[in-house]
Amino acid sequence: MKRLDRHKTLADYRQQMDQCVKCGVCRAHCPVFGEEGREAVVARGKVTLAHALLNGDIEPGPQLSESFSQCLQCGKCVRRCPTQVPVDDIVLAARREIVARRGLSLFSRSLTSLLRRPRLMHFLAGSARRAARLLFRRIPQKSGLRLRFPAPFIDRQRSLPALAKKTFRQRHPEFIAGQRDRPIIALFTGCMVNYLYPEIGEGALKALAAIGFNVMIPKNQGCCGLPALSAGDGASASDLATRNLRAFGEHQPDQIVTLCASCHSGLTRHFCDLGPDYAALAERVVDINDLLVSQGFEEILQQLSQPAQKPKVAVHTPCHLRNSGLDEPPKLLLAALPTIELVKMNKANACCGLGGTFSVHHYQTSRQLGTVKANAVKESGADLVATACPGCIMQLQNSLDQADLPQRACHVLELVGEALSKGSTELT
Amino acid sequence: MIATRIIRIIEDIVGAQHVSTADTDRLCYSYDATQRQHRPDAVVWPSNAAEVSLLLKMANAEGIPVYPRGAGSGFTGGSLPIHGGLALVMTRLDAILRIDEANLIAEVEPGVVTRQLQKAVEALGLFYPPDPASLKFSTLGGNVAECAGGPRCVKYGVTKDYVLGLEVVTPQGDIIRTGGETMKGVVGYDLTKLLVGSEGTLGVITKIILKLLPLPAAKKTMLVLFDSIDGAAQAVAAIIGGKIIPTTLEFMDGTTIDCVRRGTDLELPEAARAVLIIEVDGDVDLIEKQAATILQLVAPLGVVNTWVAANSEESESIWQVRRSVSPSLRKVNPDKFNEDICVPRSRLPEMIRTIEAISHRLQIPIVNFGHAGDGNIHVNIMVDKAEPDQEQKAEQAIEEIFTATLQLGGTMSGEHGVGVTKAPYIPMELDPAAVAYMKAIKKALDPNNILNPGKIFLQD
Repeated sequence: MKRLDRHKTLADYRQQMDQCVKCGVCRAHCPVFGEEGREAVVARGKVTLAHALLNGDIEPGPQLSESFSQCLQCGKCVRRCPTQVPVDDIVLAARREIVARRGLSLFSRSLTSLLRRPRLMHFLAGSARRAARLLFRRIPQKSGLRLRFPAPFIDRQRSLPALAKKTFRQRHPEFIAGQRDRPIIALFTGCMVNYLYPEIGEGALKALAAIGFNVMIPKNQGCCGLPALSAGDGASASDLATRNLRAFGEHQPDQIVTLCASCHSGLTRHFCDLGPDYAALAERVVDINDLLVSQGFEEILQQLSQPAQKPKVAVHTPCHLRNSGLDEPPKLLLAALPTIELVKMNKANACCGLGGTFSVHHYQTSRQLGTVKANAVKESGADLVATACPGCIMQLQNSLDQADLPQRACHVLELVGEALSKGSTELT
Repeated sequence: MIATRIIRIIEDIVGAQHVSTADTDRLCYSYDATQRQHRPDAVVWPSNAAEVSLLLKMANAEGIPVYPRGAGSGFTGGSLPIHGGLALVMTRLDAILRIDEANLIAEVEPGVVTRQLQKAVEALGLFYPPDPASLKFSTLGGNVAECAGGPRCVKYGVTKDYVLGLEVVTPQGDIIRTGGETMKGVVGYDLTKLLVGSEGTLGVITKIILKLLPLPAAKKTMLVLFDSIDGAAQAVAAIIGGKIIPTTLEFMDGTTIDCVRRGTDLELPEAARAVLIIEVDGDVDLIEKQAATILQLVAPLGVVNTWVAANSEESESIWQVRRSVSPSLRKVNPDKFNEDICVPRSRLPEMIRTIEAISHRLQIPIVNFGHAGDGNIHVNIMVDKAEPDQEQKAEQAIEEIFTATLQLGGTMSGEHGVGVTKAPYIPMELDPAAVAYMKAIKKALDPNNILNPGKIFLQD
C-alpha cells in the first residue's frame, strides 16, 4: 500500500517564494553559507532552486539534492529575512518533492525506516550499548542508526554518548502520580532522551514532582518525525504523526511536555500541516522550560541552598527554541538556580552545527561550526554549557572533545534535577 | 553554451572545483537584487589576479562575455550575465591584507564584506565610513565598482572618496596598479577615479587600497517629527544652510511612517507627515552643541515632536525604524520600482513637491525616504503588476521624475548605478558627445567587448 504524505507541497509555498526579493540579507546570516561561500547554499539561492524545481526549469539530481541538503534548519535566514520567507519550510518541502519524484535514495532511506520502527531501534540501541565504541564499525553502512546519530559517529575520534543500559521508558512506569488536584501532563520523551540521555528525563520528572504534576509516559509514543522530514520523507513523518496522535490522543492529557527543542519544533510546527486533530494536539505541546517558568518554578529554585563551590555555566540557545520565541525560559531557570554561576558567552545564539541530517552529509562544515562554539565556551570561562536540546548537547560535547577542552555540555533539566536532589537531601 | 574544450581550459586555470556548469550554480548566479534572471553558461571562482588575467585573455581569444560579481546585491543589474558567458565570482579573494595604522590605510581584496573591514578597523580605533544598507553582505569590490554610498555620506562622502589605489586586471588581461598609498599623487591620468563606479565594465578589481579615518569618539541620534513634508525638506536646507553637516540626515515621508508605525515602540503620531533622523558624531562637547543648534534651527518648521536618544540602545531603536522601511513598503502594493535620484540639497523641497504632484496626478502611490542630507532620495513607485496598465503608469512616473530631477540640476542615480535598469534613460541625462566619449574609452580598453557587455549603455 502506498503511504501518504499529508504535508504541504512545494506548490503550497509558491506565494511565499515570490516574496523573496533576492536582496542578499541571508548571505550575512546563513552559517552554512559562511563556511561554503556558494550561492547555491544560501537561502535566496535555495528559494531560486525551489522555484525552478516547481516550474520544471530544473530536474531533480545529485546537485539539487546536495544544495537542499546544505541546510541546518536553524531558521536564522527566516528571522533575518525582510519579507519573512519561510526558507526552512521551503527547503523541507523541496526535499519531499525530490524524494517524491526520485525516491528516498537521494536522501536517507535507512534513517527513516529505522525511526518508524521503535522496536527495531530499541533492539539496535541495546546491541549498540554492548558494542560500545565499536558500534559503528559493526553496524552495516546502511543502518539507520548511523544516520540518526549522524556521521560524527563514523569518525573514530568522535566522542559518543554512552547508550543507556535501560531506556528511559523502560525505567519508568506509564503513570507517575502527583497531587490529586494537579494537572495531568504527558511526557514526550523523544529518541535521544529515551535511548541516550535518560538523565535529562529524570531531571524533568523531579521538577514535575516538585510542582505536584501527574505524569504520563505513553509507551507507544514514537519519534517526533523531524528527522524523517529533514530527510524529505514526508510519508514516514506522516506515519509517525499518526502514531503519536494515537499514543497521546487517547489519554487526553492537559499538556504534552517535550524535553528537546527539536521534538518541540517537530510536534508544533509540522503537526499543524496535517489536519485539525493534529493541530489540536500541537496546541497542547509545551517545552519543559516554558512549562516550569509558567508555573513560577524560579521561586522554588531560588529557595534551594547555595553550595560553597558553584560551577560556572554558559547557555547555548537551540535554534529550535529560538524560532518558537522560547529563548528566555531556559535562561530564567538557570538564572534562578542558586547552585550555579551563570556566565556570558559570545555566539550563544549561533547554531551548534548539528542540523539533523546536515551533519551526515556535511560533516566537515558541521565540525567547523562546532569549533566556533567550542571556542566560545572556552572564552566564556564556563565549566559547563547548558542548553535545552539533546541534539545540541551531543554536538557541543563532540565539539568540546575534538578541541581537547574539559568542559561538559548538559541539559538545563539535568542541573535543575541535581539541585532539587541536593536540596531534598539537605532538608532531610 | 560553452564548449567542453573551453571548460577544460578554465579548469586548468582555476582548478576543476572552482568552475561549474551545473544547472544549480547557473541558476544561483543568474540574479541580483533587481530580481531579473539571466543564466551564465558557467560560474568561475578565481582566487587571485593571475587567474583573472588568464581568464580574461582566454575570454578575448574565444569571444566569451565575462561578468564580474561580488555579493550580487546590486539594484541595477550591474552583475547580471545578460549575454550568458562566465559569471566571475570574486568572493574567494576575501583577505584583509593589511591595516596600516601609521598611514591610516587598509589594503584589501575585493571579496571582503564591507562590515568585516569596518569591524577590523574599528577594533584599532579607526573608521571606514561608507555604509550602504547592504554593508553586512555586500563586498568592497562591489562597493568600489558601483561607488556605493549610504547614510553617513552626508558628512563623510562616498566610496570614491576613500579609494587611494587599485590593482586591476584590464579587459584584455593585463594586471595594472592605479594610484597608490599616498594621500596625494598626480602622475598620469587618475585611473582610480575612472574605475570607481565603472560598474565592472573597464576592469576587474583584484586589490583595493582604502583611506581610513580616526573613529569618532561619540555620536548622538535624534528623531524629529514634522507636520508636513515641506517642513522636513526645509529643515534639511536649514541645517545645511546653518553650516552644520550632520553625520546622517535621513528622511521618511508620511506613507513611509504609516508603513513602519506598527513595527516600532516609538510613538509616531498620525499628525506626523514626515520624519528626519539626524545623527551627529565627534567629541562629546561638540556633538552636544551641534545637536542643540540643530533642534533650534528646525523648531520653527512645524515640529510635532522630538526624540533624542539618551544612549546607544535608544539610538538603535531609532535606526530600527529606518531599517524596517524597505520591507514594510509591501503593505502599500506588492511591486516596487526603486529609484535613487539625487538633487542639490537646496532643491529638495521642490523635488518632493513635484513627486507628490506626479503621484497625485497619475493616481499611483509613491513612497519617499532616504538620504535627504545629500539630496539623495529613494523614490519607490508602488504598483501591483497584476493590475492592468500599472506597469505602464510606473514607467511614466519614472520618466517624469527623472525629467524633474534633471531640471533641478540633479542626477537620476546617486548611488545605485546604471547597470541595465537605468540604461534606457542615459540619453536624458548625458549629452550625446559625453556618451560618445565614454563609449570611446570602453571601446579602446575592451575592443572585443567581453567585460560586462550590455551595461550602462544601450546596445546599438
